[in-house]
Amino acid sequence: MRKLALSDEILLSIQQPARYIGGEINSVCKDPSSVDVRFAMCFPDVYDIGMSHLGIQILYDMLNKMPDVYCERVYSPWTDLDAIMREKHIPLFAIESQDPVKDFDILGITLQYEMCYTNILQILDLSGIPLHGSDRTWDDPIVIGGGPCAYNPEPIAEFFDLFYIGEGETAYRQLIDIYKDSRKNGESRETFLKRAAGVPGIYVPSLYEPEYHEDGTLKAFRPTCPEAPEKVVKQLVLDMTEAVYPEKPLVPFIKVTQDRVVLEIMRGCIRGCRFCQAGMIYRPVREKNVERLKDLAYKMLKNTGHEEISLSSLSSSDYRSLEELVRFLIEEFHGKGVNVSLPSLRIDAFSLDVMSKVQDVKKSSLTFAPEAGSQRLRDVINKGLTEEEILQGAADAFKGGWNRVKLYFMLGLPTETVEDMEGIALLSEKIAEEYYEIPKDQRNGKVQVVASTSFFVPKPFTPFQWARMSTKEEFLDKARVVNRKMKEMLNHKSLKYNWHEADVTVLEGVLARGDRRVAAVIEEAYRNGALYDAWSESFRNDIWMKAFETCGVDIDFYTTRERSLDELFPWDFIDTGVSKEFLKREWNNAVNGTVTPNCRERCSGCGVRRFGGGVCFEDQD
Amino acid sequence: MKIRIKFSKQGNMRFIGHLDIMRYFQKAMRRADVDIRYSEGFSPHQIMSFAAPLGVGLTGSGEYLDIEVLSTESSGRMVERLNAQMAEGMEVLSFKRLPDSAGNAMSLVAACDYTVSLKKDYEEALGMSAREFFAGLCGFIETGDLNIVKKTKKGEKQMDLRPYIYEYRPSEDGNFIFLKLSAGSAANVKPELLLEAFCRSCSREFPVFGFSINREEVYADAGSGDSHEFVTLESFGEDIE
Repeated sequence: MRKLALSDEILLSIQQPARYIGGEINSVCKDPSSVDVRFAMCFPDVYDIGMSHLGIQILYDMLNKMPDVYCERVYSPWTDLDAIMREKHIPLFAIESQDPVKDFDILGITLQYEMCYTNILQILDLSGIPLHGSDRTWDDPIVIGGGPCAYNPEPIAEFFDLFYIGEGETAYRQLIDIYKDSRKNGESRETFLKRAAGVPGIYVPSLYEPEYHEDGTLKAFRPTCPEAPEKVVKQLVLDMTEAVYPEKPLVPFIKVTQDRVVLEIMRGCIRGCRFCQAGMIYRPVREKNVERLKDLAYKMLKNTGHEEISLSSLSSSDYRSLEELVRFLIEEFHGKGVNVSLPSLRIDAFSLDVMSKVQDVKKSSLTFAPEAGSQRLRDVINKGLTEEEILQGAADAFKGGWNRVKLYFMLGLPTETVEDMEGIALLSEKIAEEYYEIPKDQRNGKVQVVASTSFFVPKPFTPFQWARMSTKEEFLDKARVVNRKMKEMLNHKSLKYNWHEADVTVLEGVLARGDRRVAAVIEEAYRNGALYDAWSESFRNDIWMKAFETCGVDIDFYTTRERSLDELFPWDFIDTGVSKEFLKREWNNAVNGTVTPNCRERCSGCGVRRFGGGVCFEDQD
Repeated sequence: MKIRIKFSKQGNMRFIGHLDIMRYFQKAMRRADVDIRYSEGFSPHQIMSFAAPLGVGLTGSGEYLDIEVLSTESSGRMVERLNAQMAEGMEVLSFKRLPDSAGNAMSLVAACDYTVSLKKDYEEALGMSAREFFAGLCGFIETGDLNIVKKTKKGEKQMDLRPYIYEYRPSEDGNFIFLKLSAGSAANVKPELLLEAFCRSCSREFPVFGFSINREEVYADAGSGDSHEFVTLESFGEDIE
């Protein structure tokens, strides 16, 4: 029987002990003494969320295929166990071997959303690893961050030794070899970090120094030694078909958020929505070959026993072999107790046809993401979805028996006016009216249109990185405008409107475009009890506000301030392949309401062509 | 074709709750390519039912679930195929064909065997060695007041445990006790109830985590009236050649 880090008494008095015991199907068990490098891969949120993340499954599989590496998993203990571990001084452990994280060589932390930043400190703290990279010795693991939030690592830079910029499949082998060599030669930690800085995509924050203008904006950001490059270039996989992919993903015992086989069909997005960070940093679009996907679907279903398979991409409708793939999945697996789930599909004749085959039309709802309420604002954000398309899609769906529609919008987008906000209510109303066009005897009861708005947060490496963000009060006023208009609609009884809290959005705004001076606030908030900020039940805005005050950090500087086009941003040292010139052009196009065609219609010269692959070279396939 | 599967749930699997064990077996059936029958309707589910949920923290060596299959290999092969898909701590012990008329496992359950041991760390807290504790428990079952208050969904009810304790005997070295207790819908007596009653009778706090409890076997009652004739759930099935 595998030993456990926690006693029966503890495991039987906390929620979901299965989060902490490991032993899941397809988990990897190696003899730690038989490997050179022990890697702890951490998702800084609760197991149920972390186990649902595809990226970790890919890296876990990739690293464990290396005979000299043993990769194990670490998640944030839930608040109940967190309290017990602090009280009883139990060090945080990895799931597989149950050994303390502090004994590992490398601790990798994935950065999927800003609101997990206090959980990073929890992981370090519970592990007994100094929070600041500068305080660590060879007694501590090398702490490396990666994932989308690594594209602006500055607010958390001092908590990390390294960041990996880009897709994890490419550079870990080289980094691990340098680590092994460095340790074998008895080099200092500093020497290792300098050597690591030479690995493409690796950013070593301690080797750079920011300098600020008097107004607080960045004056310069320079490497302090010759080993550190001026620009860190993002890493990416060029051949998605040949790229490593887990044929035996982990199967948790408890029901987690993503309890299904996830088939990544492509990476990147051709659409170029101007608010979307993923759409920019994952450029260029790269597809996985459909035959490879069919083979993976078989193997992954067989190896997991999952009863559902889902496609993953930023915009599945743009996958060129979608029809072939979906028809294959339905024919092969549907009716054998396997559900086929199809998120992020554009609503058209094809998608309605396949959805009617795989879903119970009466129970499911139709989802549109117009993101903005008016055509004018949709042009500003470059969301290529017109009102005609939405209404036509809804009309077709209603004829097919659907009667529930979900709509997703953002409030606080650049240039937004009252008309744009009210447009959310008007569009919802038009959809409801579309339903009542159907003769009464052919209707399936009442229609329900649920519109939800989130508040817009400008993100680095998007054309909106220059945008002013709204204040909390402005956000809530905007939501009230929509709500009022909703109530005026003829079919208001068929419409429902939801909006989010604004506090957490403001904080996300600071962390997203923050610089190194924000780190003190994160640490202060953590020390005063902030944790699991992504969970509304545990988010404590008062702690954060106090921390900003204590640290003398001005929220508005990071959120509502107007940024000039020539401002040097804290993240500008990263090269995503997408040029700042392109982003500026797109920002101007946004302000002028000019639509930019998608990558397949016409190349807009964003810069990623130089990587030499993907959609940029599709016609030459 | 109805199939009864006997399995054991040991080690760290004791922390996995009943609902998750059900999901676990559904996935295991698919991994092992068992030709299981699905229900009709828009979202078909596997025809599968369990005899008796085992509480979190307990282990079991004679647990049961029933399924229906459309086709099958021999019992031996099916046990092998399923065991190739088990997590550490789970083992399939038998795979037997049931007569079509067989009742489902859950409705049959009438009694369970348990072995209970006292964890070393708790002897001091109780002020008794395991031997003393189990010798005392046997005396209590013989002559003590076995009226307890049982919490049910509808409130509390008085219950005399004596008629539901079918067998009890300490092990030869006295370090654990064997119990055969009533189970199922008529009267479900968990061993914890008895342990708690004994602790109360000797004015000791019941150590919730102090015992290791293993459910050894699950029985149906083939007797009539007051005369019990306990037969294992496994005995209803026969091997597939």
